[in-house]
Amino acid sequence: MSYQKFFNPEESYSRSELEALQLERLQATVKHCMNSPFYKERFRKAGLTPSDIRTLDDLKKIPFTTKQDLRDTYPFGLASVPLEQCARLHSSSGTTGNPTVILHTKKDLEEWANAVARCLWMVGCRPEDVFQNASGYGMFTGGLGFQYGAEKLGMLTVPAGAGNTLRQIKFFTDFGTTVVHAIPSYASRLYEVMCEKGVDPRRDTKLRTLIIGAEPHSEDTRKRIENMLGVKAYNSFGMSEMCGPGVAFECPEQNGMHIWEDYYIVEIVDPDTLEPVPDGEVGELVLTTLKREAMPLLRYRTRDLTRILPGECPCGRHHIRLDRMKGRSDDMIILKGVNIFPIQIETILMQFQELASDYLITLETLEDNDAMTVDVEMKDQFIDDYSKLQTLTREITRQLRDEILITPRVRLVPKNTLPKSEGKAVRVVDTRKKY
Amino acid sequence: MTVHQLSVFIENKSGALVRVLRLLKQENIQLIATTIADTVDYGIFRIICSQPEKAYNVLREAGVAVSLCEVLAVELDDRPGKAADAIELFAGEGISIAYLYSFLLNGKGVLIFRTDNAEKAAEIITSNGLNVIGEKDLSRLL
Repeated sequence: MSYQKFFNPEESYSRSELEALQLERLQATVKHCMNSPFYKERFRKAGLTPSDIRTLDDLKKIPFTTKQDLRDTYPFGLASVPLEQCARLHSSSGTTGNPTVILHTKKDLEEWANAVARCLWMVGCRPEDVFQNASGYGMFTGGLGFQYGAEKLGMLTVPAGAGNTLRQIKFFTDFGTTVVHAIPSYASRLYEVMCEKGVDPRRDTKLRTLIIGAEPHSEDTRKRIENMLGVKAYNSFGMSEMCGPGVAFECPEQNGMHIWEDYYIVEIVDPDTLEPVPDGEVGELVLTTLKREAMPLLRYRTRDLTRILPGECPCGRHHIRLDRMKGRSDDMIILKGVNIFPIQIETILMQFQELASDYLITLETLEDNDAMTVDVEMKDQFIDDYSKLQTLTREITRQLRDEILITPRVRLVPKNTLPKSEGKAVRVVDTRKKY
Repeated sequence: MTVHQLSVFIENKSGALVRVLRLLKQENIQLIATTIADTVDYGIFRIICSQPEKAYNVLREAGVAVSLCEVLAVELDDRPGKAADAIELFAGEGISIAYLYSFLLNGKGVLIFRTDNAEKAAEIITSNGLNVIGEKDLSRLL
């Protein structure tokens, strides 16, 4: 069966067509934002009105929106439509401070599914494929985001969820899965277990395409996973503030992720000066949504550091390409696709009487798996009782898991033994293989 | 009557144990008995020594996580079955032992243990004619 190359006509737009569409949608978005008390006030304070946005360059007049703004207006203060028009809500993990809440109308959900379907189509997914989503569902947007996108494309979609590796492998062989979405470390785990069970991915499965994202990984890691499983692996970028997956995606060239400029306006700024960086240099990614109804965001500071890859992509799409994410301009930790702030961990630890105030979060790659260890100092007087120490360790672990959705390894250490740098406590050490 | 025991939190890291021992050596403190259990991340190093209060202060001042507590010490004849007889008394009374270790000192066996009910344990020992020893007895035995 032969198919069209592009899922949507916008995919093949020229730069001038894209920019004309962007201006039209930006003006509509700004106007629509005035339905939100937050943006109405922001514009008033900045002495701006929607009619001041005449060109794409006028975007720079609009103040940035930050994660703190999302927290301050928790839960619904940034909505630009009445709540009864919303159809879904996604929230960040945790209870420390306010989580961030993203609202979607029915139309937003359709557009989100379309963007994900477009990404999947771009890397060769077709209705005859079987798509297995080995991603967490629930609030984690990688679950429902890919589910609806894959269904929209018309694939047979298996909402396998995260974990339960033996069952995942059984599904591969029984259902003839051809496309899998998983975080990179889990892809390695799948391969390990296949080897243990004598399943040869090339001989015993029809796996062809792997979607990996939500976890920093290097080009080497990608190549290794591709070789292990006999697949092509494509990097995916998204964040819950911009729906979730489907924001940017690699094309078959596997050289940078096209960010859909009919949905977003991209800026790369210096995180300190907030001025645009020269073309091709690394800075903080700032995004403006162009088609969102429930919660449009203007100049949202993503805190992700990346750069725009210069030059044209041979695939024929003119949507710009983002390089792999280079890190963060805040202290947020991304582990297994989950966003974690050290303050969440600190808040839990400080509730324990037995603990002193210093702790150290170590992120490392252990046997291809990214893991977190939390070392925490105990108070002077220490407990001479193994079972009490173990109970304490277990309780800390349990409470941390409830907060950050990941089970860290917790180690109790004596007071004044954690490293200090110039008197200031070191909070996070990241030795993961990446980029 | 009890004896003092030092409990030291030892990280599972090379050099952690030797650091504690060196500090005690510098103060000329003599070890009488020690025990350490292995867990993945840390150990509790328990010490019966000469001048336990001095040892405690030395370690504390050096920033070592240490606690000083009292444990029961029972002197037994160094003959087969003596430990069994002693422990049997606790079992009969429903007393649980948290930990126990033993050593020989001048031809006598000494059992050190911590139970969930120190008072009752001491009572059982004395009422059964066993010899509970204290700090002074230890230094006499040295």
